[in-house]
Amino acid sequence: MKPVLLWSDALLFLLMAGVLVLVWSMRHEDWLRDPWRHVMRSRIGAGSALLLVVFLAVGLLDSLHYRERLPREAGPPGATAQHSGEVLSALDWLLTDLRTRTEKTYSAPLATHLYVKESMKGPDGREVRDYPPLQYPRGHLLGTDKVGQDVLYLSLKSIRTGLLIGSLTTLVMLPFAITLGMAAGYFGGRVDDLIQYVYTTINSIPGVLLIAAAVLVVQAQIEAHPELFDTAAARADVRLLALCAILGITGWTGLARLLRGEVLKLREMEFVQAARAFGVGRLAILSRHLLPNVMHLVLITVVIDFSGLVLAEAVLSYVGVGVDPAMNSFGNMINGARLELAREPVVWWQLAAAFVFMFVLVLAANLFADQVRDALDPRMERKS
Amino acid sequence: MLDYLVRRLLYALPILLGVNLLTFALFFMVNTPDDMARIHLGVKRVTPQAIEAWKAEHGYDRPLFINTQATGVDQVTDTLFVDKSLGLFAFDFGMADDGRDIAREIKTRMWPSLAIALPTFLVGLLCYVSFALLLTFFRGSALDRGGVILCVALMSISGLFYVIGGQYLMGKLWHWFPISGWQPGLDAWKFLVMPVVVGLVAGIGDSTRFYRALFLEEMGKDYVRTARAKGLSDLRVLFRHVLGNAMIPILTGVVVVIPRLFLGSLIIESFFGIPGLGSYTIDAIQAQDFAIVRSMVFLGSVLYIVGLVLTDISYTLVDPRVRLE
Amino acid sequence: MSRRGLRVEGLRVQISQAGRLLVPVDDVGFAIGANECVALLGESGCGKSLTALALMRLLPEVAQVTAGRVDLGDTDLLGLPELAMRGVRGGRLAMIFQEPMTSLNPVMRVADQIGEALAAHRGLVGEAARAEVERLLQAVGLDAGRQWDYPFQLSGGQRQRALIAMMLAGEPEVLIADEPTTALDVLVQDQILKLLKDLQTRRGMSLLLITHDLDVAGDMADRVAVMYAGQIVEWASRASLYATPRHPYTRKLFAVLPRPERRGQRLDSLPGRVPAADAQHLGCRFADRCPEAFPRCHGEAPSLLQVAPDHAVRCHLFFPADIGNGASARVAAPISPPPPARVESMQPEPGEPGPPRGRAADALLEVRDLAVHFPIRRGLLRRVVGSIKAVDGVSLSIAPGETLALVGESGCGKTTLARAVLRLLEPTAGQVMLAGRDLAGLRGERLRRLRREMQIVFQDPFSSLNPRMKVGAILEEGMRSLLPELDAQARSERVAVRLEQVGLPADAAGRHPHEFSGGQRQRIAIARALTVEPRLLILDEPTSALDVSVQAQILNLLADIQARQGLAYLFITHNLSVVGYLAQRVAVMQGGRVVEEGRAETLLARPRSDYTRRLLAAAPGHLRA
Repeated sequence: MKPVLLWSDALLFLLMAGVLVLVWSMRHEDWLRDPWRHVMRSRIGAGSALLLVVFLAVGLLDSLHYRERLPREAGPPGATAQHSGEVLSALDWLLTDLRTRTEKTYSAPLATHLYVKESMKGPDGREVRDYPPLQYPRGHLLGTDKVGQDVLYLSLKSIRTGLLIGSLTTLVMLPFAITLGMAAGYFGGRVDDLIQYVYTTINSIPGVLLIAAAVLVVQAQIEAHPELFDTAAARADVRLLALCAILGITGWTGLARLLRGEVLKLREMEFVQAARAFGVGRLAILSRHLLPNVMHLVLITVVIDFSGLVLAEAVLSYVGVGVDPAMNSFGNMINGARLELAREPVVWWQLAAAFVFMFVLVLAANLFADQVRDALDPRMERKS
Repeated sequence: MLDYLVRRLLYALPILLGVNLLTFALFFMVNTPDDMARIHLGVKRVTPQAIEAWKAEHGYDRPLFINTQATGVDQVTDTLFVDKSLGLFAFDFGMADDGRDIAREIKTRMWPSLAIALPTFLVGLLCYVSFALLLTFFRGSALDRGGVILCVALMSISGLFYVIGGQYLMGKLWHWFPISGWQPGLDAWKFLVMPVVVGLVAGIGDSTRFYRALFLEEMGKDYVRTARAKGLSDLRVLFRHVLGNAMIPILTGVVVVIPRLFLGSLIIESFFGIPGLGSYTIDAIQAQDFAIVRSMVFLGSVLYIVGLVLTDISYTLVDPRVRLE
Repeated sequence: MSRRGLRVEGLRVQISQAGRLLVPVDDVGFAIGANECVALLGESGCGKSLTALALMRLLPEVAQVTAGRVDLGDTDLLGLPELAMRGVRGGRLAMIFQEPMTSLNPVMRVADQIGEALAAHRGLVGEAARAEVERLLQAVGLDAGRQWDYPFQLSGGQRQRALIAMMLAGEPEVLIADEPTTALDVLVQDQILKLLKDLQTRRGMSLLLITHDLDVAGDMADRVAVMYAGQIVEWASRASLYATPRHPYTRKLFAVLPRPERRGQRLDSLPGRVPAADAQHLGCRFADRCPEAFPRCHGEAPSLLQVAPDHAVRCHLFFPADIGNGASARVAAPISPPPPARVESMQPEPGEPGPPRGRAADALLEVRDLAVHFPIRRGLLRRVVGSIKAVDGVSLSIAPGETLALVGESGCGKTTLARAVLRLLEPTAGQVMLAGRDLAGLRGERLRRLRREMQIVFQDPFSSLNPRMKVGAILEEGMRSLLPELDAQARSERVAVRLEQVGLPADAAGRHPHEFSGGQRQRIAIARALTVEPRLLILDEPTSALDVSVQAQILNLLADIQARQGLAYLFITHNLSVVGYLAQRVAVMQGGRVVEEGRAETLLARPRSDYTRRLLAAAPGHLRA
């Protein structure tokens, strides 16, 4: 076994570590702690957080990648061990049964026979057309897909993609949004004009088109340089990261605008004036006085954006500018399944599985975001 | 007013130029015409000659910014940038990779797009605002709480499922409308209803919740208390006072998208087989026809800027404090 | 026989919130006769506004009336169905609010907003409504042409007039005015109060005036109800109350007011805080802060009982235990006159007596012809077409250890002046000399050195402290920036010293600002300014956002600091009583210019400029003083 660290794995674990460090260092700041406590004390907040943690656990397990060592006889004795080109994850290992128990093609949930008739030899040796029995009857809780893969397994594998898009995009977006938004609000004048120009320009381009354009270009570049990627997983991974980067670079304008407006208000506040009267430098004012006072907006935006990004992945993959078609993702699942609705009887389970998994993930994220916003938004505070 | 419009137009120029440069950089510098040719020719048949031939055929065989081969003004004008990018300012979109005139395609395809996007937009706005008013009127009641939960649930469903579900139910199961397709003229309505309904339902959760939040914020303001202290009924307070004031933030989000209705919706049009600009774009993306994508990006930007101007003008209608100078 | 006026009995308002039960209004009762003005007087948070909203049945959704009775004439208001109440609201019972800026619908014309009320209560529409709108506008002193204006086109005072016209449209029997002039400048306040009084007497209306200002209540009311912690503690005719305030709380309210005649004396103070609205009260709610409390006060709640023909008070001092709850209240104890404010002689004021200061070379701060203009840009190229002259050629000087009061209405440029002096704004022209050094053009280290010499305390104690920083860090910030030679040890020692000096506990350094009350926050702001040991402190309306009892504490603190450290103050205020109490010299600003300057006693007694005379004449309490 040889561990494989994909770029996205590294970034995801880095992000997790960053969040943990942040939480640890802020644990005594009650302006941050109290709202979270408030979220956790509400039934909806705690419930949705629990769901998200389960999804996150699946995603993290799916991010511990390795390549299996091929059996010895593949090479001459004494030669360096050969590794399979297929990249697996800890989740794959846990779900080995689900992963390996494939059928020939479609089968309904918990079915005993395949979905399509085949010609086969009857007990009397005659050729009959009937539904062949499954290799693992009643073994597929959510059925199997076109190539006979277990749908539950595919759904679980899709979670990681959704989580990555939702979180890594934010990681790309935040530095732009925070620095540019705050700089525009605080410095004003030329700086503000320039930053406003940049974000009006980006805003003026229809979002999907800009993303599509950028993804097409990246895709072309990836195809032009196949030698850079040693496995299919690595290639899909780079495309995923590129997608996150593109979503991030095109998606910072909303938060930046929000922060600009807030900083514009805050910089006239008397505590900022007091700091200026002490001769405190601009960077110190920005980092010590302004940033902590807009942090709640950043947090609210991050949690609200998450669900939107998970949904966006599906649409973009459908359009053909999402993740790699070979990658497990909700978008690709829907895309592959929707045409089968025309069949008779309907192949509904693949869509249903994607629907349920996505719905639960996004609903949990939305409910959680609501709770976080209620707890962090000072306007709500004033009402109570 | 005139002053304002002139200033706005002057401001639009650098933005469009920025858009232009950005797309040019993406499509011609990051991704060179050579790459483009390779994609279109397929990996197998790639020979340097084939690439050159393809470039020459599509007019991509010139330098990016400075043509050292040419003389005089042509040094600057006989370049890819001027030919492919600046031409957009004159709405000269050029030819698509399949040789068709993009401008003509846009002119014929924008009507089906509009036929779906406009009713979706108008009926949607009416519905969402009405639902939001209803929830606001019964704020704090079981109806309001249930409505909000329903909204959150509805907005947690991917748009793709609305389309698939709509087609399955209304088309396949109930046979109300054809699943997809298009017919010019008055018969188009048969093909219109389903995409419009699907578009409406897909937006309910998000928009209703957003408008409800706007209304509730207005409800908390002092002038509402004054209106109630005058002895006005709750309905009058809601419609005359709250709605009147909430129109300002509503317009901010709404007016800016009106010009873009021409561009249609990518998803809806491609699912329902509508020959509009949305499906045109999606086909171009899937065929990697960059000429069309660039044209649509530019057109989208122009329409966005028109939307910004319309937004400003609409403010003067609902907010007496705003005067365009 | 039909009665007129409003009668309130045993009113109780509850708020249940996050499992806590708050009772912000508890057993409130009073009555307003026809053509009478009653003032409901109290400090912030005493429940006076909620009482008014309860009468209108306009309480916020979390609050409920749980007991009591409100009769408007013969109508039991609390028993009315909502539909009938709607007919009363804005009709027989109307209410105007504190914030003229936000109380009118910004997108509706004045005429339409008045017309709505006319249509709702008098069925007037069309031409008849038009005529009535004009009559109403005339009654409140607004030009008929103003009806076509939108609220943003009106000044604060005009908006308040428009609001009054709206509320007169239903020809109310009772008008409730909730702090109607608190947001207005003194000249406008005077006009609005006169208008209200005039309307009340001419229309035979009852007026319930809610205010925190003893002087306003004294000018306007026939009877006054003093509220404390949700209860009425004293209820008396104006004459009786102002001649002999009886409740210890009321007496404190009188004693803490800064007045010119208390100059050089320490103000009496009221220790402690108002009890929280969810506190359980066994005895008197004021007992913990009362200087005259005795054991019974802590164990038994007093009732509001009559001590004189038109004077009731909720205090055990006046009622021996045996009849404490008896129905037949009588004056049991001789009513003691209010004790004189404790007078502690302060150190002689620096610089007094002495010759009036000219622009001497020994001035600490010398401002010469200072101007701050903000450009107005118009047109295609945003060309500068003019400028707003916020400060337009002001000269001032302050000697070491002296207090100069800068007086003026809002928008006169006094805050802009302060910011320009501190170089938070770049002045357009003129000179600011601090200790003989010119501030203009200074940068970096040299500017920083001068910043040590002057600091500022702002008006709003809530926005002047960063809510995300701990008090200790807030106090250290100035030292980190301006006194880098101090190490962490020295800084935290200084923080401790300053906290003690402003009367805050040492553990305050480890807490966040939101854990402190408004007065305590203002102490923190003062401590912050003092950490770098400035010689000049600019105080920008430091007590305007505070209750009078807290104001007294802060003014005392400022006097102590000045006496001990010889600081000079530039005290910016609109309150002339405060000026007379503490300033040695006064400069009056109007429209960006100083219209009059001189020694405080002289200027206040014999103002030379017309504007100063008008300011003095408009100050509430002026006639009775």
